[in-house]
Amino acid sequence: MRQELSNAQIAWRAAQDIEDGDYINLGIGFPEMVARFQPPGREAIFHTENGVLGFGEAPPPGQEDWDLINAGKKAITLKPGAAFFHHADSFAMVRGGHLDAAILGAYQVAENGDLANWSTGPKGVPAVGGAMDLVHGAKRVAVLTTHTTKKGEPKLVSRCTLPLTGVGCVTRVYTSLAVVDIEGGHFLLREKLATISFDELQSLTGAELRRSGEVTDLVVPEL
Amino acid sequence: MIGGFGGSGAPIELIHALIARALATRSPRDLTVINNNAGNGHVGLAAMIEHGLVRKMICSFPRSADARAFTQSYERGEIDLELVPQGTLAERIRAGGAGIPAFYTPASVGTQLAQGKPEAEFDGKRYVQERWLKADFALIKADIADTQGNLTYRMAARNFNPLMAMAAAHSIVQVRKIVPAGEIEPETIVTPGIFVDALVEVPDPAQEEDLNRAVARFP
Repeated sequence: MRQELSNAQIAWRAAQDIEDGDYINLGIGFPEMVARFQPPGREAIFHTENGVLGFGEAPPPGQEDWDLINAGKKAITLKPGAAFFHHADSFAMVRGGHLDAAILGAYQVAENGDLANWSTGPKGVPAVGGAMDLVHGAKRVAVLTTHTTKKGEPKLVSRCTLPLTGVGCVTRVYTSLAVVDIEGGHFLLREKLATISFDELQSLTGAELRRSGEVTDLVVPEL
Repeated sequence: MIGGFGGSGAPIELIHALIARALATRSPRDLTVINNNAGNGHVGLAAMIEHGLVRKMICSFPRSADARAFTQSYERGEIDLELVPQGTLAERIRAGGAGIPAFYTPASVGTQLAQGKPEAEFDGKRYVQERWLKADFALIKADIADTQGNLTYRMAARNFNPLMAMAAAHSIVQVRKIVPAGEIEPETIVTPGIFVDALVEVPDPAQEEDLNRAVARFP
């Protein structure tokens, strides 16, 4: 059985790259866990598309105020210094280059930085939300994902086959096996679990993994 | 246009009044509704769809905890869907209110949602042209209004409401309280009364989330 990081551990690793005072948007679902793992002494300011900067954890059950929710429609609380704004201002923050990072989930990421994360094909009701706005404008667009699908197919691919969310937008991918940067149309391996060989990692990746400089061990605590 | 993001800021009482009128008089029908979502459960916008008032939805995310009303109507081909990226939706509405017929955005460049739309390059980057959105009516939820129609909002219930109030020919606003002009500090007004046509006082407005947790149904 191959060792792989849990979703919480992938989120932990992504949280280590967030600086104190960064403005961050976290995608709905598993990327929301990043907020739990900020290193001591660092505090990011989290943005939610529906119009809040500086929100905190969920309130205790029974104390929800349904005028105070995040983009996932979950109840939130406010931190000191929080701000409210309307939707056009919220997306001005997104597209206008004011966020330090957007951290999103993915179905597929390609070596040219293309991202597919909103549609698995023509079946069902399509829904896009803010994903296509978020991938443009944030200074860094990072993706959190398992390295392969449940069926074992690569999620890091040479070209996306699913409908695109954005073209050439992703700059770093945190997977259950590795940390990979996207530069100049290629995957650059930065970190990998010590328990997996480069050749095995390459066999689970749908495009060439390049190495420039040292590849360090991906070390994450038990969570 | 109907304000709100999910249940927060959704003018439930105004929507229910409109459904009640449609059930009594068979009018209005075949509405085009602009909202971020497409209803949840069997109240508010979902109930409007269930009772056949809506012919087309323009929205970014027609899914929710219980999106059966929209999903069933969509799968039967009874309702059309124009899917718009969320930030583009907000800006199209803002543009409609501001008299800007079109603008360029990076969102959706190179994707299915940009098909058929003009593109242009600015400073070496590609952008998609999007057009304004305007409406005959907006149903808005605010918190406090004064008799001039100046509005304040409550927390994240602001969302699309100030934009839609600007972009509709006739904005109908439900508020918790109407106070005499001069009682709202001018510094705190979010929507100036010039964008407001009618006020309805609803002192204790329902929250869609609470109604859905109680498995409520309208009517």
